[in-house]
Order: sequence, then C-alpha cells, then structure tokens
Amino acid sequence: MSTPIELPKWADVSLVPILAVVVAFLVAGLVVLGIGENPVKATLLLLKGALGSGEGIGYTLYYATNFIFTGLAVAIAFHAGLFNIGGEGQATMGGLGAALICLRLDFLPWYIVLPLAILGAMAMGALWAFIPGYLQVKRGSHVVITTIMFNFLAATLVVYLLVNVIGKPGSMSPETRVFAASAHLPYLHEALAYFGIKIPKSPLNLSFVLALIASAFVWVLVWHTKLGYAIRTVGHSPTAATYAGISIGRITLITMAISGALAGMLAVNEILGVQGRLLLEFSSGYGFIGIAVALMGRAHPVGIVLASILFGILYQGGTELSFEMPRVTRDMIVAISGLVILFAGALDGLIRRPVAGVFARLLKSGA
Amino acid sequence: MEIYATLIAILESGLRLCVPLVYACLAGLWSERSGVVDIGLEGKMLVAAFASAAAAGATNSALIGLGAGIIASIGFALIHGFAAISQRGNQIVSGVAINMLAAGLTALVGNAWYAQGGRTPPLEGDARFQPLIWPGADAIDHIPIIGPIYAHLISGHSALAYCALVATIASAFVLRRTRFGLRIRAVGENPAAVDTAGVSVTRLRYSAVIIAGILCGFAGSYLALGQAAGFLTNMTAGKGFIALAALIFAKWRAWPAMWACFLFGLLDAIAIRLQGVIVPAIGQIPVQAIQALPYLMTVILLAGFIGKAIPPKASGLPYIKGR
Repeated sequence: MSTPIELPKWADVSLVPILAVVVAFLVAGLVVLGIGENPVKATLLLLKGALGSGEGIGYTLYYATNFIFTGLAVAIAFHAGLFNIGGEGQATMGGLGAALICLRLDFLPWYIVLPLAILGAMAMGALWAFIPGYLQVKRGSHVVITTIMFNFLAATLVVYLLVNVIGKPGSMSPETRVFAASAHLPYLHEALAYFGIKIPKSPLNLSFVLALIASAFVWVLVWHTKLGYAIRTVGHSPTAATYAGISIGRITLITMAISGALAGMLAVNEILGVQGRLLLEFSSGYGFIGIAVALMGRAHPVGIVLASILFGILYQGGTELSFEMPRVTRDMIVAISGLVILFAGALDGLIRRPVAGVFARLLKSGA
Repeated sequence: MEIYATLIAILESGLRLCVPLVYACLAGLWSERSGVVDIGLEGKMLVAAFASAAAAGATNSALIGLGAGIIASIGFALIHGFAAISQRGNQIVSGVAINMLAAGLTALVGNAWYAQGGRTPPLEGDARFQPLIWPGADAIDHIPIIGPIYAHLISGHSALAYCALVATIASAFVLRRTRFGLRIRAVGENPAAVDTAGVSVTRLRYSAVIIAGILCGFAGSYLALGQAAGFLTNMTAGKGFIALAALIFAKWRAWPAMWACFLFGLLDAIAIRLQGVIVPAIGQIPVQAIQALPYLMTVILLAGFIGKAIPPKASGLPYIKGR
C-alpha cells in the first residue's frame, strides 16, 4: 500500500481483486481438503444451494443486502482515510433506534412508522460512529481503537436495555415484543404480488432496493459532489486538503456519521424486514465481513454490490452446504472472509507485484 | 467474616480471570513497542486455545498442549509479521484478517474433527494444568485473615498463572534494561535511527512479533487447559480486545499492564458475582454496566480526560529504507 505499484486501471480495479479472491478460495479449498471433503463437490453444492432455485437466489440477495450496507459503510470511511471497524456496534445501535421508534409508534400507519424507523436506525448508527469521530477530531484518540471499544459498548448497552427496560415482559430470551404489521418492511414476494408478479418466498425484502439506492447515493456523493471531492482529498493527502482550505475535522465527522448511518441500515433489513422485533446479535459478524467486501470491491459501489452478491452466495450456499456436508459448517465463510481480507487487503502487494511484473514484460515485448 | 470470605473469593476469581489478559496484554506490548500494531491478539489466543486443547487431548499432556498452542500462535503471528513487516501491508487490516481466520478455522476444524459443535472433548488429569497447592495451604486455611490469603490468593493457581508474573517481570526487565529491549523500543519510536546505527529493523520487528506469538500461545493455552477443560467455539469472547484496552490503559508499559489486567479481571469477577444479587441500599446493579467499564474507561482515557495515552511513535507505520 505504501509503495505504489503501477498497473493499468482496469487491472487494478478488476484483475487484482479477482486474483486475490481466487487465491483465498484456493487456500480455502486446501482447508476443505484437509478436513477430508472434496472441495470441487463442495463448491458445486454451494453454488447449487445459492443459485439453484428461486428461493435460494432470494436468500442470497437477502444476505447480500446486509453486506452492501456494511461494505459501503467501510468504503466511504476508506475514502476519507478512516478505518471504521465499528460496523457491528453501529448496526446494533441502528437496531435499537429502529426498535425504539417501532415500540412507541407502531400503532400509526406504515407510511409514518417505516420512514421514521429507518431514520431512527440511520440516526443511531450515525451517532455511534460520530462519537469516535468526534473523539478523534477533538481529543486525538484514534477511531480504530474507539470504534472497537464502541462495538462492545453497544453490545452491552443493548443487552442491558433488552433485559431490563424494553424487553418483552415475562419472556426468557432477551428480545422485544413483536412489532405491529405496520412496522414491517414488505418482502419482495409480497411487494411484487401486489403488481401481480409471483416470485418464490424468501426473506428478501425492500431493503435490497434501499441498498441499491444507497450504493447509487455513495457513488454520486463520492465522485460527483463537492463533499465527495473533499472526502477523497482528505483521504489522499490531509496536507493538500488543509492547503485547499478543507477542514479535516469537519470531513472526518461527516464521513463517520454517513458511514455509521449506512451500517445502521443493516438493521432495516434484519429488524424491520425480517425479524419484526429487536433481539441480540442480529448483526452476527456482518459488520466485519463488510471490511472484506469493501476491500474486494475496491471501495467502489459497483465493486461492493458484486462482492456482496459473492458473499451472499457464500452465506446462502454455505448454509445449504452444511446440510449436505455436515463437516463443512458455515464457519467456513468466516474463514474465507478472513482470507479475502488478508489477500485483498494486507497482502495486496503479494498479488499486485507479480501482476505488475507480467504487465511490464508484456509492454516490453510489445514495444 | 462472611464479607471477608466473599472478598477473598472475588480476588481469587479476579486473579484467575486476569491471567490470559496479562499474557495477551504483554504480547501486545512487545508487538506495539516494536512498531507493529496488533489487533489480532484475539485470533492468536483462539488458535492457541484450539491447538493446545487438541494436542493435550491427543497426548494427555498439558505441556505438549502448551507447546502446540505456542506453535500455532507463532504461525499466525508470522502471517501478521509477514504482512506488516515484509509486505508493508496495513496492520489493522491484517489484524482483522487474523481474527476472522482464527474464528472461522478453529470452529470449522473443531467441528470436523470432533463433531461436537466445535468444542473439543473435555480434558482431565494430566491433560490440564492443575492448580498447584503450596505446602501447608490446607492447614493454614482456617487461620483468620492470613489463612485464606495464603490458601486462595497465593497458593492454588495453575503453573501458567505463576508464569504470567514471571513473564511480566521478564518483559519489564528486558524492555527497560537490556540492549535488545532498548532496541525494540527504539525501533517502535524511530526506526530510521536504528537502521542508521546498522541494526536490522526487520529482524527486530520479527522477533517482537514472534515473542507476541509465544505470549498469546500461553494466553490461549491457559484458557483451554487451565481455566476451562477443553476448547469451546469463540472461547476468547473479546479477551484479546480487553487486553488491548488494558495495554492502552497501561500506556504501553509492562508493570502497569499487569495491574490494568488485574483491574479488568477483578471487574469481570465482580460482574459474575453480582449477577442477580441485590445490594442493600442500591438495589440490583446491572451486570452490563460493570462489563462495559473496561471499554468505557479506555475510551475516556484515550480521549485524554484522565491522563493521556500516547502510543509508540512509529507504531502502525511500515518501515521503508531511504525515506
């Protein structure tokens, strides 16, 4: 990362991340081989489970929705040179924000509750990222460490609230009551049935559409607005930004808040779309996998959507796979995400350098 | 007298709980003092816990288990070192990758090998580090005040717990008094100066990363062979991050690191003790509030409201000759 390695742009944005993923999968294949299963058969089962049926595709896109939100959250922070590892906590707080609105106002019609609940999720997620941003700007504590701490703080806060304050009375498991139907974001099969189109039932809901809108929003924001220009300038060269009269502090705060709001929207998919109540650990690692998604997608919304679909395939296919091959559990996906983060992120040079070498040789023989 | 017995019990459990934190925190100390930021403590502890439980189960020897735990942890430390030092990759990204890789692999392999939902078969006898009972501990136990202190706080811990104290003393001494230790610290503050003096930055940083691996190996093995009797999925449960918090709290120094870990271990013990207990005049104290304290205190400290925590100057920055 520190030594720029010259590559044609198309190779930089597509070839290198694809190679990184291929290497990650090869290593994962070795692991599958190591525990005594056939990696080729596993891959075929996985693909069949994820894409072999309408229901499977629905689940794949439902998981992808989560990854798009958390991936965008990490990516926009990357553009400002910030590393937001707090996606988990921001998503958890987003769930709290949505739940507080729903618990109080779900007697109102959907066109009032739903927008308010979505805004609540975004606001609480934004707040949980804004505070670490503020502490970095005003008090000099690094966002990486504070966002990690804020993940744990969010988790303990929500446990406390669910057990003692907003939990369903008399329930053994820490969760709120089920929200009224007006606070439910329609499933896609319900929404399309309204227009007379029939698709198989799955948890895929309108959040997917929101995720695509959010991707477009990030694209416009980062590359086609003044604010986005300022964000990228701060990320590339804080010194240049200062000379250009851009306030680094202000940009840090705004970027963290947007990043947190995006992570908070994970709750829109999980809480408003599927669960219909607030429960513990609904963010189950999506925040961290968002880092893999952002690195793989080269922090570009198009890349992020594609990477999210890939991880959606892994999640859904992985679940199906674990039924067919009980030895290959869904923990495989966590390991693969780790490998992707390693090869597309920290060991990026390991792939980039040989690719650059090949290009240099091609250019020489061409000239 | 009952209050005293409770106090001793809480201190005893706090001591037990702080041992893995001390090892992990010292690991972070070595790594970060040399300029390599390590948020992968959690992952290294987890692989060590798994490897030690698997090896101890197979050989019925806690020592072989410890060895396997250390080797596994060093393996992961070297991945981090290779990414951070040789490849000059982003150290935070690498740490996140280590944590996810460890969480995924241990659960996956554990489930495939033992088919018990990710846990290893329970260990007993020689496969665990048993508490060492010091001479006369049982006889003295009933003597008021001093008896319980000797019997429960000084005696009765596993060998690995006493080693944690040794590791603290050794780390403090080596980092403060020896040439190697001073060079490690120098390379974390100003690698160019060390390089100019003709000492290899790469070599120093790799040795620090390996020492961190060894210490995380102890931490994980203690979890699986001392505290528990075998490996459980994700059994580190954030301890690596508490250790990181303790490291910041201790301002990257060995003795304060140990005390910070003891404080956080004690808080954990109090939280466990207070579960569902109604305290007179206060009512029920929410356990979560105590559990959140280490993180909260670290954030407040980092924000400079109580003193100031300043990390080693070159931590997180890859070293490039000629810059």
